[in-house]
Amino acid sequence: MVAWLGAIGAATRSSLVGLGSFARFFGLMLARSGAALRRPGLVVQQVHYIGNFSLVIILVSGMFVGFVLGLQGYYTLQRYGSEEALGLLVALSLVRELGPVVTALLFAGRAGTSLTAEIGLMKAGEQLAAMEVMAVDPVRRVLVPRFWAGIIAMPLLAALFSMVGILGGWGVGVLMIGVDEGAFWSQMQNGVDFVDDILNGVIKSVVFGVAVTLIALYQGYSARPTPEGVSRATTRTVVLGSLTVLGLDFLLTALMFS
Amino acid sequence: MSRDKVDVWVGLFVVLGAIALVFLALKAANLGTFSMGSTYSLTARFDNIGGLKVRAPIKSAGVVVGRVSAIGFDDQMYQGIVTLDIQSQYVFPTDSSAKILTSGLLGEQYIGLEPGGEEENFADGNTIRYTQSAVVLENLISQFLYGKAAEGASAPASN
Amino acid sequence: MPTQTLSDVSSPEAVLSFHDVTVGYGNRIILQSITMQVKRGQVVAVIGGSGSGKTTLLRAATGQIPIQQGELSAFGQPLDTHDSRRLYEQRQRMGVLFQQGALFTDLDVFENVAFPLREHAQLSESEVRERVLSKLQDVGLRGAAHLKTSEISGGMARRVALARAIVLEPELIFYDEPFAGLDPISLGVIAQLIRSMSQTLGCGALLITHDLEESFAIADQVYLLGRGSLVAAGTPQALQASTDPFVVQFLKGQPDGPVAFHYPETAAFQEWLARQQGGQS
Repeated sequence: MVAWLGAIGAATRSSLVGLGSFARFFGLMLARSGAALRRPGLVVQQVHYIGNFSLVIILVSGMFVGFVLGLQGYYTLQRYGSEEALGLLVALSLVRELGPVVTALLFAGRAGTSLTAEIGLMKAGEQLAAMEVMAVDPVRRVLVPRFWAGIIAMPLLAALFSMVGILGGWGVGVLMIGVDEGAFWSQMQNGVDFVDDILNGVIKSVVFGVAVTLIALYQGYSARPTPEGVSRATTRTVVLGSLTVLGLDFLLTALMFS
Repeated sequence: MSRDKVDVWVGLFVVLGAIALVFLALKAANLGTFSMGSTYSLTARFDNIGGLKVRAPIKSAGVVVGRVSAIGFDDQMYQGIVTLDIQSQYVFPTDSSAKILTSGLLGEQYIGLEPGGEEENFADGNTIRYTQSAVVLENLISQFLYGKAAEGASAPASN
Repeated sequence: MPTQTLSDVSSPEAVLSFHDVTVGYGNRIILQSITMQVKRGQVVAVIGGSGSGKTTLLRAATGQIPIQQGELSAFGQPLDTHDSRRLYEQRQRMGVLFQQGALFTDLDVFENVAFPLREHAQLSESEVRERVLSKLQDVGLRGAAHLKTSEISGGMARRVALARAIVLEPELIFYDEPFAGLDPISLGVIAQLIRSMSQTLGCGALLITHDLEESFAIADQVYLLGRGSLVAAGTPQALQASTDPFVVQFLKGQPDGPVAFHYPETAAFQEWLARQQGGQS
């Protein structure tokens, strides 16, 4: 019994310590950002690797999610004679929730793991140490540009996801099923508010971008420099990143849409 | 990949993202109908504002002419005070009336403005004198039942 | 020079100097009472078995870990991990060749060698190109400048890393196991390059290795690490003439001697054995 309590205490302590070093890492990113942002070329290059390379999965997923929303939305609304609200349903679902959240989950899986693996392997191959002894701060040179690239890329990807999703919902609802096109768009435009819905969605995606990128970089930076260490770190990025996104989503939704 | 090519791809990505945001803002939201033009304020008092919310539309003849900018409570007269922001190009006579109506399917409430016949128009800061509160369902039902009961009572009396 | 004197330690020619240094990780002490120095133009080899603390010594010398006791100085000034400004300047005068090369995998050969120049020197693009190609020429890889890091062999990667380490023309170069895992030709090439760098650049070289043949052929001074401290110091000839049993075992490669062949039996092992045998009976 005592041992059991002791184990819980030890686990709590190690989680707090982990949280503390994660918070310190966040502080380190912010503190070194100034110098790094004076080399925008590095950030731009990372936006390319993180953002452009994620485009395909985001766009395709957005399209399919839009299709499903169109179908499911139609079948449900039709029971209450409210098919004309399909556009509103699709748009609100995407802009408020699915856009930011699903994009963040896909981002954690695609871009997050690749960031973690890259940093972890650089650490294992002594590349970070090499930079350090060359009097180049690896945090500024390698980590901070990737951090800001993730923050920039996420909201753009989420907006693209929502846009493609709405078009997908339109394609299924209007073109395939035959919902009235005018009603589709006008109900949407009357019901979706720019500030309350779209801007809140953008804020969410920025927050998710910070969270996922930070977790990915931290896991890579603190991974054990062995193949098994790196693989464990990438798994942790996906699991922790996804759970954090969902938890933050609940918090933000409660704050924004109450 | 050379630096220039990377710049081009990233530029394209950012432009696409911006287009998506603009699309969402204009085609999906009410930003397109939200005129950034100048507005003037009027106040109206209601016994019951029902489900009216800030930023609800103000319509006349079904066309959006403004938005509700604030909702307050008068604790002397125990009435709701609604501030209306009307686009400057639309003027209304001083005897126009404001009603709280329910729009279509999802029951969002809005203010309907019916023009009066006076020659003078509202100026910024005026108060709308004629208002009709929101319809409360329970009152409607009890009114109906009361009316039915009165009918039943007076019918035997008139015999 | 079979013995170290204090006047040697404070000699103005010393580019790196350890005086009675203790170094370790937190509570775990790896090395104690280390006194050694590297002078300009001198090739110094640090040899020892695996786990003898050679890498720890290298990390201390490059400022990656702090020393716990003693004095460590580079270019006549104390090397302090907390004084980041001075450490920054000192590091720009050093070059390090890591064991696996540690090339940046996202850059090609040319960009790897150009990296220190781009970060620290304000040179025009054509000056950068000229310097990089000249250093690649020194290591015999000028024609490989366009290749990606995934397209070159291990030996070539190490040579590119050497070019990168010397591109800022440092006064002190560290070589971490430069001979490990190379074929005979590459071994000869690297050894030759190490010697000629010191001669042409006039820089000091600290060589961490357990390859005796190659290092003894090019070193001016050898330090042997073992048992958590310095076991022997001197010229290669002096060490080969030594009668210290530890030195003899290491140089002759004898399996058993002061460094025991059998791993010592601990109480933990006895417990484990008892459990195994108890389970089977």
